[in-house]
Amino acid sequence: MEHTIIISSLTKKFGGLTAVDNLNIKVKKNTIFGLVGPDGAGKTTTMRILCSLLTPDSGTAEIGGYDILKESEEIKQHIGYMPQKFSLYGDLTVMENLEFYAEIYQVAKKEREKKIEYLLKFSNLSKHSYKLADQLSGGMKQKLALSCNLIHTPKYLLLDEPTIGVDPVARREFWKILFELKEGGTTIFVSTPYMDEAERCDEVGLMNNGRIIKTDTPANIINSFKPILCVVSENSHLARDISEREDCVLDSYLFGEELHIVADDNDNAMKCLMEKFETYNVKAAIKEVNPSLEDVFVNTIKSEKRK
Amino acid sequence: MEYAIEIENLTKIFDKFTAVNNVGFKVKKGDVFGFLGPNGSGKTTVIRMIMGLISPTSGTGKVLGYDITTDNEKIRSHIGYMSQKFSLYDDLTVDENLDFYAGVYCVPKGKIDKKKKEILEMADLIGKENMITSNLSGGWKQRLALGCSIIHEPEILLLDEPTGGVDPIARRQFWDVIYDLSKKGVTVLVTTHYMDEAEHCNSIGFLYYGNILSLDTPNAMKEKIIDGDIVEIKVNNTLKSIELLKEKCNVRDASVYGAGIHVMTKPGVNLIELKEYLIQNHINVISIKKVRPTLEDVFIFLVEKENKIKELDFRYEL
Repeated sequence: MEHTIIISSLTKKFGGLTAVDNLNIKVKKNTIFGLVGPDGAGKTTTMRILCSLLTPDSGTAEIGGYDILKESEEIKQHIGYMPQKFSLYGDLTVMENLEFYAEIYQVAKKEREKKIEYLLKFSNLSKHSYKLADQLSGGMKQKLALSCNLIHTPKYLLLDEPTIGVDPVARREFWKILFELKEGGTTIFVSTPYMDEAERCDEVGLMNNGRIIKTDTPANIINSFKPILCVVSENSHLARDISEREDCVLDSYLFGEELHIVADDNDNAMKCLMEKFETYNVKAAIKEVNPSLEDVFVNTIKSEKRK
Repeated sequence: MEYAIEIENLTKIFDKFTAVNNVGFKVKKGDVFGFLGPNGSGKTTVIRMIMGLISPTSGTGKVLGYDITTDNEKIRSHIGYMSQKFSLYDDLTVDENLDFYAGVYCVPKGKIDKKKKEILEMADLIGKENMITSNLSGGWKQRLALGCSIIHEPEILLLDEPTGGVDPIARRQFWDVIYDLSKKGVTVLVTTHYMDEAEHCNSIGFLYYGNILSLDTPNAMKEKIIDGDIVEIKVNNTLKSIELLKEKCNVRDASVYGAGIHVMTKPGVNLIELKEYLIQNHINVISIKKVRPTLEDVFIFLVEKENKIKELDFRYEL
């Protein structure tokens, strides 16, 4: 399979802080790659380097065969970049924002009208084209920002935490659009702190302290981790307080209404916890479950911290 | 049962826009109450009225027995408030921010040091006292902002979307702190649109366009609200499957959920038939099973239902 975004030994330091540390990533053509990591992992710095907004200290990257250091102008024509803070003009209308971006990206006059109409329809904003960008809800702003970055039909889309502060309904709609773009041939590089979004990527890279800890498909990442214990009880908080004190438990954390437990020896931990729950009169059921991507993420980062 | 917050028929109209419409709810002392709703649903407006920062157009409310329209000075001294944008001074150190808030809230001099130590411990910020706030990561900043808002030992804590843009690990740590406070008897009212956070709450009010659509415990919401089944399907072609599923008559809605699809169906759906239907349309079905609705499913269900009603009203008006 052909790779179209290739990051090789990329390093960027800010003073004493190494934000990106010898980073290597390969993204296959026509896929969605998710860069997943906690705050301060170096996700945004990586994005900015890819867009040639920052110069790396060492290493390089190429997008679609163009070198980010030597051919940044060519790259800019082929990428759409959506930063965390959408760069929209609040006092322009939806239509005017799109026209503005069409101008900046030098979209041919002939194609412009058709393209704008297509994007408005595509993002479900046709009815709102006369509204000022400031008057839009968070989800609509996000879709407008995306549309503005699609005006020049880029082959590569770089999205930096695009759905922060956007509600679940709008997030689902946004991802549907990303899937459609992928089907249309776009390669998407997206960073996110949300695991449900990471699961929708074809491949994810778990990033921490400027480095990639793991790159694989979400399914493979989950399968590489051994089963964890899931406790369902009437009082998860109390169950957690009890579990935390036990030596057989490496880690325990609330996961929605469930309590998730990581242990070296699951059978032993199950036995010892059931006894304890009985002692404290907590009604609970324990079973082994496959971890979710969020479980793997939390545990991988925590075990990195312990090192 | 003693209630820390009692709100009745609260309405706020800005010009012609009804931001909050006849909202009522009660929060028991020591409970964590979650206000759930999409952007622009009126969550922040309710919080501001409770704090007495804006006065309601109509309706009443009591916080710790004080009236929200007449006794707001008294209320404020018992409230800790953390806003979406943490109000920290970026160019002050962690320690200086805590000192500043201790001063603002008139914490007695003799108590400040003890209180500061407690907060640093709770927020896992020991050793970071002399760091400049702007150098802290998102999760630390968030816990410092929380610390600053509870330095005067408030009985009620109002948190307005406290975890936007914070990673899962930091969010867990934050909720551990909230849970400890609630155990000590602090009543917490938190707004969020993250469903996993709403799970931590004792009860939830679901707000949409200023109206409370549902008010219950997270578990009861999952059991009672959706009349039908949620089917989780994993396939090789998600988008095409969603389109196909939406055409089925016993399917209410289908959308992307994590790596799979969540299908909302009418009651008593036949899984074998659904699977056959997809296979006939050349979809490779990896797995199909009924699952318990998640809060996100409930959220989507309520919003779509409300939108349909609104659409009908709109057509009727035309």
